[in-house]
Amino acid sequence: MRYATPASAKEAAGMLSKERGAAFLLAGGTDLLVKLKMGMVEPDLVVDIKRIPKIDQIQTSAKGFVIGAAVSGSMIGQHKGLKAAWPGLVEAANLIGSDQIQGRATLVGNLCNASPAADSVPAMIAAGAKAIIVGPQKRRTVPVEKVVLGPGKTCLSKGEVIEAISLPKPEARTGDAYLRFIPRTEMDIAVVGVAISLKLERGVAKKAKVALGAVAPTAVVVPGAARALVGSKLDEAALEKLAAACSAACNPIDDKRGTVEYRTRVAGVLAKRAAKIAFQRAGGVL
Amino acid sequence: MSNATLVSTTVNGDPVQFACPTDESLMTALRNRVGLTGVKEGCGTGDCGACSVTLDGSLVCSCLVLGVEAEGREVTTVEGLSQDGELHVLQQKFIDHAALQCGICTPGFLVAAKTLLDRNPNPDETEIRYALAGNLCRCTGYDKIVRAVQDAAKDMRKANKKRR
Repeated sequence: MRYATPASAKEAAGMLSKERGAAFLLAGGTDLLVKLKMGMVEPDLVVDIKRIPKIDQIQTSAKGFVIGAAVSGSMIGQHKGLKAAWPGLVEAANLIGSDQIQGRATLVGNLCNASPAADSVPAMIAAGAKAIIVGPQKRRTVPVEKVVLGPGKTCLSKGEVIEAISLPKPEARTGDAYLRFIPRTEMDIAVVGVAISLKLERGVAKKAKVALGAVAPTAVVVPGAARALVGSKLDEAALEKLAAACSAACNPIDDKRGTVEYRTRVAGVLAKRAAKIAFQRAGGVL
Repeated sequence: MSNATLVSTTVNGDPVQFACPTDESLMTALRNRVGLTGVKEGCGTGDCGACSVTLDGSLVCSCLVLGVEAEGREVTTVEGLSQDGELHVLQQKFIDHAALQCGICTPGFLVAAKTLLDRNPNPDETEIRYALAGNLCRCTGYDKIVRAVQDAAKDMRKANKKRR
């Protein structure tokens, strides 16, 4: 196994695209090293991006935030500006694994691992996050909901590297929330995850985005659930419509952690709870 | 050794060099090449925390870090806790509270608990339990460990006050 530490994302992309054998990108390594240990992957080349300048930094501007591909969960959790702007996303990122995992795991890694149950992915989608992709020749920016195509599959072509996640600065009176259900208190994989962001105007939901995790092959955006909230003050009728739309959008698997029926039902329940948190964070009064 | 790479790093404050294959974990390198066998292998997949060390101050599972990634970084292991032959107060409290039996998980708990107390000198029980959720113990149970950390935190706060 060859190990390389490129000095730029473009150089990393060049290395990955030229490699004839099995090439893998290494950031936090919390998925890659497990797969390596289990013999699920046999890399000829590992490209460690952590020596790229600024890739382990969160940059703040008037437009919002740019979170480098090597920024760890614990760095996200300690960033006051990001926490104030998108608390739901920060909570989702910090739910992943233990403090040890948080010391290494990244948002981009959570996205590229392409697990249907990735906690940060629905939260990134609800917040309007975009992936900044660098290829050997050109760059492109793709909304997070378009990155994952199926379990373990992304839209990245050979040589493409996600350099960072960009997050918009939230509009005034915006709030977000992410809730997941697990049978334990900690250290588990989501049975259902729900992320909601809301923008209010005069106490009424003006815009909404709802994304579900762990209930389909990829995270799902549910426009019908967003429509149920818009124009409401989250009265019981609106919340019931939200729950029904979320349950209807579920296409989950049956496994030891939850049945199809259970996941479908819980998606609606969690959506109501998450909507209330997002609403209050946006300054709404229930 | 095929594919051996020379790694220059700092371990517990001392400059250290070792040569390891690129696919070797930092855990294995620390144990077999640096001789720090306080780093324990439990699961090898980041679930149990027995191999916990800090890397540039961040708590990590050293089984999920490649040895070559340590180039130019600062690593702290359980061996770095005691100073001048004196046990760290956390180590002493683990003994006082009988917070260990077989001892395999203990180094990881100590490193994780120290990282917690460096960040939060006065954690409540829930915060301690969450902060140590990445460390598994299969014999003592967690209550004694939590008590030992609480007791150590108390002593460390007192000592800090005196120093001021």
